[in-house]
Amino acid sequence: MKTAGDCRVIKFDAVTKRYPGGHEALRSVSFAIDKGEMVFVTGHSGAGKTTLLKLAAAIERPTSGTILLNGQNIGKLRRAALPYVRRNFGLIFQDHKLLYDRNVFDNVALPLAIAGISGREAGKRVRAALDKVGLLHREKAMPIALSGGEQQRLAIARAIVSRPAILLADEPTGNLDANYARDIMELFRSFNQVGVTVIIATPDAAPSTTGRILHLDHGMLAS
Amino acid sequence: MMEWLHAHRLALLITLKKLRATPLAHLLMAGVIGAALSLPSGLYLLVNNLERAAGNVSVQPQITLFLVQNTPQEVIHTLEHKLRKHPAIEDINFIPRDEAWKALLERNGLEGTGGELETNPLPDAFIVHANDTDPNAVSALQQELSRWPEVEFAQLDAAWVKRLHALLQLGNKLVVVLAGLLGFALLVIIGNTIRLQILTQRDEIEVSALIGATNRFIRRPFLYAGTLHGLLGGVMAWLILHAALFLFNVSVKDLAQLYGTDFRLEPLGLQPSWILIGCAAALGWVGSYFAVSRYLFNLERP
Ligand SMILES: Nc1ncnc2c1ncn2[C@@H]1O[C@H](COP(=O)(O)OP(=O)(O)OP(=O)(O)O)[C@@H](O)[C@H]1O
Ligand SMILES: [Mg+2]
Repeated sequence: MKTAGDCRVIKFDAVTKRYPGGHEALRSVSFAIDKGEMVFVTGHSGAGKTTLLKLAAAIERPTSGTILLNGQNIGKLRRAALPYVRRNFGLIFQDHKLLYDRNVFDNVALPLAIAGISGREAGKRVRAALDKVGLLHREKAMPIALSGGEQQRLAIARAIVSRPAILLADEPTGNLDANYARDIMELFRSFNQVGVTVIIATPDAAPSTTGRILHLDHGMLAS
Repeated sequence: MMEWLHAHRLALLITLKKLRATPLAHLLMAGVIGAALSLPSGLYLLVNNLERAAGNVSVQPQITLFLVQNTPQEVIHTLEHKLRKHPAIEDINFIPRDEAWKALLERNGLEGTGGELETNPLPDAFIVHANDTDPNAVSALQQELSRWPEVEFAQLDAAWVKRLHALLQLGNKLVVVLAGLLGFALLVIIGNTIRLQILTQRDEIEVSALIGATNRFIRRPFLYAGTLHGLLGGVMAWLILHAALFLFNVSVKDLAQLYGTDFRLEPLGLQPSWILIGCAAALGWVGSYFAVSRYLFNLERP
């Protein structure tokens, strides 16, 4: 039986997140995102953007409220089930979280190894992902030898390599110059055009590209 | 199934790559584990060999009855009769004093050398085999017989065998205790080594967990590393043990020849060898399992 909520990829219902120490990063946040949407989460530093993304990807658990992923309440899942929930997402972290002890190729291969894909099939997919972000010629390089923008694109390649249905990007254009930032945004737009749901956190009040905006102010959603 | 096999092959490859990258550290680790394991297994080997040597000695307790000097022939006959009818006695042997004397001289190579004593100081003797081999029953029989007037002295010959067996039993217990203690120490040592390895790979573990790795996936390479540590340690222990055995046998050979026996320590059998190496590998597995589980548990706690 299909209900109206089923076509929503992500649905937050009165979600509150209080971190240990008592700080409320999100207060009774409710919204829904449809499949194939492109959404920007905006707000000042400390507004709760990262927290929102982490809750969506089941990295943090809500203090109260429910979060539905494809109609499933992920707050109710056993801890052992969470890794499989996370594999629905391609995650681009605010601090990249690249592994500096291995080269570009191996960084991108990590999500595939986790999903049990290796060998020739993995090689093919890794190169396809690197090609999309324009890093194919650097596959043997170590991340430390990449520029800031290249590291950002490496992080994107790692997020898309397992072909997730949803991309979560936390300030992917953080400290890049305007031209570079526009290129990256174009990249996300191209993923969105092939049907990927894209959610991007950005500090800009009004991102230059079109798309729905969820604006956070001190943990509360402004309509 | 294929996927499962594949994942394991991958984890094993990673582990072997690390082994190749830091061979000295692994060798050292194997040396430590090997040295620790060689202690209880060495003791086991020793006890086992002594048991084998003791096994050649008759365990059946016997009592030697030395009769009062110059007991008349008729008294000896009635005594023999009495002994044969005794319910606690299985069998008896009469050893006349002349025969005992001859045997003694022969054994010491003194026959006809002029070193003979003028008179035979030995009494006649019976060797009594008890029905019941229970040490208490035999001991009671000895007490009873020693009170007979014709008997000067009743000697329980099996006393030293009994003592040896008690000692061996103690040795066996010691092996178990030692193995338990050192096993625990190894668990801690291996767990700690794995913990250090985990710390150097903190970032990888964190990122993997964030992007959907199961605990099992994260644990796998460390389990392989721990098991490999244990395995190498077990092999090392076996090598240490047999090197020591070789040296011992070389030096004991002359000594044994001197005493006219061919006593030498036998090597660890096939089955105990496998048990040693298997236990070492299992210790490695368990130690690393606890180390990673503890780390993951702390990671998951908010
Ligand atoms: N793990 C944590 N423990 C305690 N407080 C936290 C934690 N993570 C975030 N916070 C707090 O929650 C609030 C929201 O943090 P969040 O990281 O979501 O903000 P943000 O909008 O992503 O900010 P920025 O733009 O600087 O990245 C902040 O006040 C922050 O201090
Ligand atoms: Mg943030």
